[in-house]
Amino acid sequence: MDFVSLLIGWLSDAAHWAGSDGVPVRVLEHLEYTVISLLIAVVIGFPLGALVGHTGRGGLLLVGAANGLRALPTLGVLTIVVLLAGIGVVPAIAGLVLLAVPPVMAGTYAGIRAVEPIIVDAARGVGMREWKVLASVEVPNAMPLIFGGVRSAALQVVATATVAAYVGLGGLGRYVFDGLAIRDYAQVASGALVVAVLAVVVDLVFIGLQRLVVSPGLAPAKSGKASA
Amino acid sequence: MIEFQAVTKRFDDGTVAVDELNLSVDPGRITVFVGPSGCGKTTSLRMVNRMIDASSGTILVDGKDIRQSDPPLLRRGIGYVIQQAGLFPHRTVLDNVATVPLLSGWDRRKARSRAAELLEIVGLPSELGKRYPAQLSGGQQQRVGVARALAVDPPVLLMDEPFSAVDPVVREGLQDELLRLQDELDKTIVFVTHDIDEAIKLGDKVAVFRTGGKLAQYDKPSELLARPADDFVASFVGRDRGYRALGFLSADGLPVGELASVVLGTPVDQARAALRQGWAVVVDERKHPVGWVSADRLSTVDGLVTEDVLLSGGSLYDVDSGSLRSALDSALSSPSALGVAVDGTGALVGSVTADEVLRALASARDAGEVPQ
Repeated sequence: MDFVSLLIGWLSDAAHWAGSDGVPVRVLEHLEYTVISLLIAVVIGFPLGALVGHTGRGGLLLVGAANGLRALPTLGVLTIVVLLAGIGVVPAIAGLVLLAVPPVMAGTYAGIRAVEPIIVDAARGVGMREWKVLASVEVPNAMPLIFGGVRSAALQVVATATVAAYVGLGGLGRYVFDGLAIRDYAQVASGALVVAVLAVVVDLVFIGLQRLVVSPGLAPAKSGKASA
Repeated sequence: MIEFQAVTKRFDDGTVAVDELNLSVDPGRITVFVGPSGCGKTTSLRMVNRMIDASSGTILVDGKDIRQSDPPLLRRGIGYVIQQAGLFPHRTVLDNVATVPLLSGWDRRKARSRAAELLEIVGLPSELGKRYPAQLSGGQQQRVGVARALAVDPPVLLMDEPFSAVDPVVREGLQDELLRLQDELDKTIVFVTHDIDEAIKLGDKVAVFRTGGKLAQYDKPSELLARPADDFVASFVGRDRGYRALGFLSADGLPVGELASVVLGTPVDQARAALRQGWAVVVDERKHPVGWVSADRLSTVDGLVTEDVLLSGGSLYDVDSGSLRSALDSALSSPSALGVAVDGTGALVGSVTADEVLRALASARDAGEVPQ
């Protein structure tokens, strides 16, 4: 009870919602890191996953690399990157990208491998060139799994961007680390809460996007059941 | 139209899928490749549109060596229908059919209107165009597959076991539909199946392959049934060979006898009076047969002859186009042992009996019309 009122007290203090270290600014910073890292991760992970998925070559290597990267502890990765490249925005984003690439890459790869061979055969058989088979048939049909990968990468980056404050970034992690430094636990908990809310909002946005991007033909049959 | 010249396919593991195939597919006809699994029939088909490249030998399509064509361009000019249709699940039915026109550079509007036209040609209602493949039945999906293959009106159609994944009743409908379409379109069709009955029904010519990729026999279906080249073909063509061969003998001149008939809705006592040897066929107002009544059956009812009192009939024999096989079958499947003969419109003409069919067979044999 006491803790909850502490939280409410901190969050309802107008001073915490204004200025360069107010919640809105920190949320925007946090989102900025998330979007940049995610975009870079998609630019790297999607073509790799798509290429390996389409050709079927190097799948073992790709899955192994993805799992290896996933097994790395978050804080460890960030620390290594910072030790190698120094404190700053670029190394921290590089660390986030490293964490976001595996789910995007693995999701894309798995999605494309899961497209029924008969459909790919039909695509070639009607005269599509290889890039067209990939772009017009494999990727659209793999979209649910590709999107799943991007979504889990997004959640991971939102969460991990908090830790990134430890190595010099802004964002909502500042509340957590600055709060810890001065033992202001209301601030720590409030920061954590805002991160959690942000994660939920980001996930909802992705669910909405998924509806737009995935063809209704791929939805599990609901309307217009087959008639003889 | 399509010419295989000493075509061999050897896969990387050393398996010979097709062994020195020499075969010429007649233009405007249906040629069926049939054989047990592993006989190279599908490989042979897929070599025509270069889904598989031959190891040696030459394939000509319309006089042109296919090795000189860019595979995607070659494929756009050859219709391709595969098992389970292989429709693109993420595209609507209409967009599936419009695939090849769009690939060939048509504008979207023209491609869509062509696609709508094709749905009609293959007998699908236009409102299905907005649906996705998963919302269609297997038979409907297969029709869409045929429509997709026909979209740019290619002269050649390759069909790889297209009807094997649907149930027997739907399959028969699709086969009839294909024959009807072919009557109008005159495509050069190569059709692969493992089902000899399908081969005999559809093929103007049938190529029987044996395991190891060798062509065992290439002939008209009637010849295949009458004169199998060897034991393999004979056993593959299977049982009831003699009976099925009747399907290739015209029933022209088969005597059609009189047949007692009553119209649905006739009072039962009048119907009793109309029976001949205890039986009469019941017709509707268009004279189409709908079933039988017998003395037995009528003895227990009063009032009018309704559908409830009918015994279901056997197959019908069409006097305009029927074979001795359909005449014999109609006699054998009829509850009264009298086959029901109808004309091209389906209206009752008379009766045929098994004895008369056998007599007609004997005289056809005497006249040398039966291959020996």
